[in-house]
Amino acid sequence: MDEPIISLQGISKSYQVAERKGGLKEAFKSLIKRDYKVIEALKDISFQVQQGEIVGYIGPNGAGKSTTIKIMSGVLLPDSGSCTVMNMTPWLDRQKYVSNIGVVFGQRSQLWWDVPVIDSFQLLRDIYRIPQEQYEETLEELTALLKLANILNTPVRQLSLGQRMRCELAASLLHKPSLLFLDEPTIGLDADSKIAVRSIVKEINERYGVTVILTTHDMNDIEALAHRIMMIGKGTLLFDGTLPQLQQRYGTGKIVQVTYSGNLVDKLLPGITMIEQSDEKLSIAVNTELCTMPQCIQWLTSRIEMTDFTVQAIPIEDLILSLYKEHNV
Amino acid sequence: MTLYYKYLLMHLRAQLQYKGSFLMLSIGQFFIPFTMFAGLYFMFEKFGKLQEWSFIEVAFCFAIIHQSFSLSECFARGFDSFSSLIIRGDFDRLLLRPRHTVLQVLGSAFEFTRIGRLMQSLIVLIFAISQLPQLWHWQHIVIILFMIVNGVFIFVGIFMLAATLCFWTVQGLEVANVFTDGGREMAQYPLNIYEKWVMKLFTFIIPFGLVSYIPLRIILGKVDEPLWQAMIIPFGGALFLIPCYLIWQFGVKHYRSTGS
Amino acid sequence: MRTYTSVWRIRFLNGLQYRTAAYAGIATQLFFGFIFIMIYVAFYNQTPVQPDLSLQQVVSYIWLQQICLSLVMLWVRDPEIFELITSGNIAYELCRPSSIYPFWYSKLLAQRVANMTLRCAPVTIIVLLLPEPYRLTIPTNFITFLAFLITLLLALLLVVAISMLIYISVFWTMSPTGSVLLFAVLGEFLAGLVIPIPLMPKWMQLITYAFPFRWTVDFPFRVFNEHIHGNELIIGICSQVGWLVVILGIGYWIMKKAIRAVVIQGG
Repeated sequence: MDEPIISLQGISKSYQVAERKGGLKEAFKSLIKRDYKVIEALKDISFQVQQGEIVGYIGPNGAGKSTTIKIMSGVLLPDSGSCTVMNMTPWLDRQKYVSNIGVVFGQRSQLWWDVPVIDSFQLLRDIYRIPQEQYEETLEELTALLKLANILNTPVRQLSLGQRMRCELAASLLHKPSLLFLDEPTIGLDADSKIAVRSIVKEINERYGVTVILTTHDMNDIEALAHRIMMIGKGTLLFDGTLPQLQQRYGTGKIVQVTYSGNLVDKLLPGITMIEQSDEKLSIAVNTELCTMPQCIQWLTSRIEMTDFTVQAIPIEDLILSLYKEHNV
Repeated sequence: MTLYYKYLLMHLRAQLQYKGSFLMLSIGQFFIPFTMFAGLYFMFEKFGKLQEWSFIEVAFCFAIIHQSFSLSECFARGFDSFSSLIIRGDFDRLLLRPRHTVLQVLGSAFEFTRIGRLMQSLIVLIFAISQLPQLWHWQHIVIILFMIVNGVFIFVGIFMLAATLCFWTVQGLEVANVFTDGGREMAQYPLNIYEKWVMKLFTFIIPFGLVSYIPLRIILGKVDEPLWQAMIIPFGGALFLIPCYLIWQFGVKHYRSTGS
Repeated sequence: MRTYTSVWRIRFLNGLQYRTAAYAGIATQLFFGFIFIMIYVAFYNQTPVQPDLSLQQVVSYIWLQQICLSLVMLWVRDPEIFELITSGNIAYELCRPSSIYPFWYSKLLAQRVANMTLRCAPVTIIVLLLPEPYRLTIPTNFITFLAFLITLLLALLLVVAISMLIYISVFWTMSPTGSVLLFAVLGEFLAGLVIPIPLMPKWMQLITYAFPFRWTVDFPFRVFNEHIHGNELIIGICSQVGWLVVILGIGYWIMKKAIRAVVIQGG
């Protein structure tokens, strides 16, 4: 087996945060003394990522996602533990390390606001010291892949969010990094743009073998892209596996939506929970461990007349929510 | 560094887009030192002279420091406005790029409207030199250049120190103004008019004296020291940058240990 | 009135929270005061020529400048109001000018007073205790002090009225920065914030009489250091009130026109 591209071992990090309370009296007090609180952002985090994986890194706000990303990208020093990425320690020899990674922040732009996109790209070429020939080649590829031809000469401030995000992705790939960190890349985008971003990331991963670490709150991103999901809560890793594994653990169930006529007043079978019911439609959750699908269908048809019937897997959001609930985050 | 030059061009293009505003601001910037100079002129009108210095000599001193100040405000704006960079969270982005933090911070902001100030002090400088015949040799011009350039180094150093403070807190930064604006206010007059301890502070700690007062005395012929001393002494300003830089590196390290 | 107290309260509390900023502010003011005074001391100590204004009076003037800086400086910095005008959101706030003008006025007033109350006490105490010649000398009698307070209050009202004009001008220029800077720089010079007006040559002094600025800084400070008294004082107060009425009137009238223009354009 190849060396993993990322290897974290026992990473821990705490912050000291000043406490500030409101009110006049507290304000005067804070002039003299300041109270501090210690927050453990990461507790003994360990995992490995193989080259070419797309990892979805999820967790509620404040769980430690951005701290982990900062450590892996070399911006932040951990309190203890070791981290090896592409055979380097990220925070040592910073300049050498960061020339091999790309980072996209969904909420902050890395492009210069008042000038055309192409100017930003050229500046990045100089910053990353990309040879001219390689730059032109890469630029052509990315322009075609991300459909940037029409917007290269537009100032960034005039772009729509979707257009800007495509430019951000291109900017982060100009220097051909092997590893890409995407921090909420689809936030605020409309449905079309989200789909576009997802397919681009997938394409980049498949075509260039770029390893992707993706943090997001949008579970559709995870569903579309992630080979693997890691969930962090309150500083610890709560789940590390694939989507099927997640479904197996928390989602042994289905949602059945029925259009019907008749009356359903009987007590429900064990394993069946009512979600919504109206005169013509109902939807129920079926725990397939307690009640198999054939059993459920049989029970339904014996009581009502069904005209339409759909079965779907439990949406990933709900899986995640039960995961959060189980671990109290 | 060619990268710095490229940053500069980019910001220049961006700022020149707003022509009207740029012009107005530059004119406003012209009048700031203009009013200060007017104040200086009026004081001499009232008092005749300042200890052993004539109006022209003080105007000359004034112009040199203002040149340094406006040049540093124009080209080292990145450090001057570092607090807004940190507050926006953009410093992390700088750390993610394979270039030195100092270079990137310098390239992060320019303030070309300061050209207004530059113009004003340049006019005063040329005027003063024209009235001081003892300065009409190439060696003196070179010395003046050294004084201005090293003055820029001192101001940049102070900006750097103030920016480093931002890694700990973004409040209370106005104290830095005491040394930049305040330093400029003081050094625009020859330092020997002040109390002894002030002169010592501004010669040995923040070496304004090395780029204005001391070489000034020499090239104006007030003391009998050899000219080459006036060529070397200003470079104390460059030396001042060394501890500032070290402190900056320490600040960056702190930032990377504690997060934002 | 309620706007005033609530804005003042928020500003003041905010200011207290940031203790580093508070300490730094005090230090800054003290340092700058020292620097300016040292320059004047250097000028005054050398010559037998004693100008109209004595050194002691200049020192008091400088310290007052530092202590009352937030009250009397012209350089405005309320990005909210600028934002409101340039973005056109003012259309949403559509009240008649009879409500906006007092509203903004009290907001600006409260900001200045809050900023000052934060800083003035410690600085004042310190400068009262400094050795000669750096000490702030207090007026010899209570009447003078009272007169000072009155003239300072009028000065404050006048400054806010003038600054209102700047904000209103943005309705036309749509860009807050350029004209504001020029106006502020020249205004502050004409007010006596660069050097006290009596130290200017006669011809320059006459120029400053043509503008309202001198009544905001030069006048109240010279009342304090007793350079101005008696009849001159009374006439001065009347001038302050006169200018105040005129500028409030102009401001209100222009704002009415501007709002009407905005309404017609639809924002």
